[in-house]
Amino acid sequence: MLSRTADSLFWLSRYVERADYLARVLEAASRLSALPKAYGSGSNEWESALATAGCIDAFHQIHETPDAATVIDFLAFSEQNPSSIRRCLEVARTNARAVRTAITAEMWQAINGAWLELPAMAARATDPDSLMEFLDWVKEISLRFDGSGYRTMLRNDAYWFARLGIFIERADNTARILDVKYHVLLPEHAAVGGGIDYSQWAAILRAVSALTSYHWVYRQGLQPWLIADLLILNQQMPRSLAACYGAIVANLERLSSAYGRHGESQRLARSIHVQLENSRIDQIFQGGLHEFITSFTTNNNRLGAAVAAQYLS
Amino acid sequence: MVYDEMRAADGTVRMPYAEVARWLQGVTSAQLERRRAEAELFYRRGGITFAVYGDAQGEERIIPYDIIPRILSGAEWARLKAGLEQRIRTLNLYLADIYGPREILKAGIVPSDLVWQNPAFRPEMAGLAVPHGIYIHIAGIDIVRTDGDDFYVLEDNARTPSGVSYMLGGREISIRLMPELYAAHRVAPVENYPNELLATLRSSAPRNATNDPTAVLLTPGQFNSAYYEHSFLADKMGIELVEGSDLFVRDGIVFMRTTEGPKRVDIVYRRVDDAFIDPLVFEPESMLGVPGLFAAYAAGNVTLANAVGTGAVDDKVVYSYVPDMVRFYLGEEPLLKNVPTWRCRDPKDLAYVLDHLSELVVKEVHGSGGYGMLVGPHATGADIALFRERLKADPTNYVAQPTLSLSTCPAFVENGIAPRHVDLRPFVLTGADGIRIVPGGLTRVALRAGSLVVNSSQGGGTKDTWVVVD
Repeated sequence: MLSRTADSLFWLSRYVERADYLARVLEAASRLSALPKAYGSGSNEWESALATAGCIDAFHQIHETPDAATVIDFLAFSEQNPSSIRRCLEVARTNARAVRTAITAEMWQAINGAWLELPAMAARATDPDSLMEFLDWVKEISLRFDGSGYRTMLRNDAYWFARLGIFIERADNTARILDVKYHVLLPEHAAVGGGIDYSQWAAILRAVSALTSYHWVYRQGLQPWLIADLLILNQQMPRSLAACYGAIVANLERLSSAYGRHGESQRLARSIHVQLENSRIDQIFQGGLHEFITSFTTNNNRLGAAVAAQYLS
Repeated sequence: MVYDEMRAADGTVRMPYAEVARWLQGVTSAQLERRRAEAELFYRRGGITFAVYGDAQGEERIIPYDIIPRILSGAEWARLKAGLEQRIRTLNLYLADIYGPREILKAGIVPSDLVWQNPAFRPEMAGLAVPHGIYIHIAGIDIVRTDGDDFYVLEDNARTPSGVSYMLGGREISIRLMPELYAAHRVAPVENYPNELLATLRSSAPRNATNDPTAVLLTPGQFNSAYYEHSFLADKMGIELVEGSDLFVRDGIVFMRTTEGPKRVDIVYRRVDDAFIDPLVFEPESMLGVPGLFAAYAAGNVTLANAVGTGAVDDKVVYSYVPDMVRFYLGEEPLLKNVPTWRCRDPKDLAYVLDHLSELVVKEVHGSGGYGMLVGPHATGADIALFRERLKADPTNYVAQPTLSLSTCPAFVENGIAPRHVDLRPFVLTGADGIRIVPGGLTRVALRAGSLVVNSSQGGGTKDTWVVVD
């Protein structure tokens, strides 16, 4: 297939995945900020949401203080923020239009339908109640898009590039939320206990839609190291770094066997995956959670660059 | 007296329209309106849109769709089809001639300055052997009627004619939204058009290509007004939709950049104009083309469909000579009529045109899309005065034709069902293995009452065209 087509498929999936993630981050932030002050950790949840989305600097070029109104507008609706939900959906649609021939009618309708509804949905989301409605709508779009791809696409290189985009973006998002929140997962925090931490921990899990899964996996109350274990190492958890890399390796293997050629992407992905498989959560905490996440993020970005060099240009 | 394709002057319904007339009697405006809205939704959700240049506000619009089908009898179609085949054979022979031995100029049939001074004539093509001698692989011939007997060619579109996706979209809507009416007729299918197009393209591969040649569709990109059609056709043919930057030329061979490395390309169905296909030969500023593409073409290593320089027959003065060309090349009488045309380059014709501006349609020789024309009977005094000045200043740039009383078909408009003027663009495919035409084509309808201009850029809409098998 055309390199440009593969590139568009890859980014199309990434932007839909990112919109979904931003919706979850905003949902978690607005839940936390709605808690009574006594339960609040004192930190600014809205600033934290910006950090999780990786756009504090861009935000400060437009706004002064992060609060509910400015952050919601910036992350969800802003035209000036290239990674707002609105812009993600617009860019996704532009990419979809460029690869109309490589996606199915169902996928096109999911993304084009979203783009057509977007102005009306955004206009309605003026108060906190309708914000939730908007965020649910965004999550539904990613489900519809993902689901229609899963159900209708041929299992060939187009499908594998689209999946690759999803999992590289997802790994980046999970790593990002861990990076911003790692301090509430550190052991010294566990001693504090009480409602404050619970809300913070629950917010992390909710942002990756894993609050219920946690209880099924560990069958005990929220423990910070188990949360880290779930998000980093647990193979069953679809947003964990390990699960993402399992999928990344599998899709890269399919590409290399279809094309009959191995490359840097395959080597790099496998080495990151092996590293995750061979890690234990206590070792990660010993070596420093922050350092681990930082190094993972660097590697994940390197993989993105390797995929681009090998296939997309 | 306007010829209505459904009703004769005395109000009786013509035979091919019997079922449609019955159906129209039983259907309410509300039902029609609902179907019209559904059809619009179908276009909107499918992203079947076009862009009007110079319209910042509406980047993507849909073409209005009129749900009442237009009917042609099998006998009418058979006559039209024979005429189209004759015409396209002639135009191909003419192009091979003017880029080759120039017999028609030597014979004094066509004045030679019409060739040399035609901006669409590409001197780079002279003496160049194109694969299988085919120049116009895909043509859109615009046809109008003024009575039950004759078909007139309004213009020949031999560059990169568009609109076929609306023909196919319209049929899809008919089948979905009006299954009963559709089933009451035996409508000749059109949905095989992409198959026919692919067969045409593959048959036109260069002789040195493998027996499984690779075709691609070259688009200017997603901001082009016909981008939807490009992606639709590529999709239905199962060929890659490429932009200039996806192709490159090495040692006179065209390749595309794929995830598996370079892949050789044999046929380029290009929807990019001549001027932009190769910055090394034509417009040097072009970002849409492929450097070296023309050299690969000249070396016989790739087929361009259509060939470069086919626009030399779109010219409206050249048009006026097509009946003579039919006689010259084929020794036959033309089956399709030409609209009588005054060539303003000729002083006698110019004098006549200036005296009759309020009755005539004046067109630019190289104009298209309904831009830059004067429809005398509908024009204001100021417009007429303006065109009078233009004609005097640059007579060679204009032709004039009588204002034809175009036929009408019933259309669903604001105040119910009313007759509206229509034309028809059949798509004629020419490959090494013959000519293919799917029955019917794109009917364009002027939705404004009394309007004769059917172009989508001028507020025209489309209709499904049913060729009913007898």
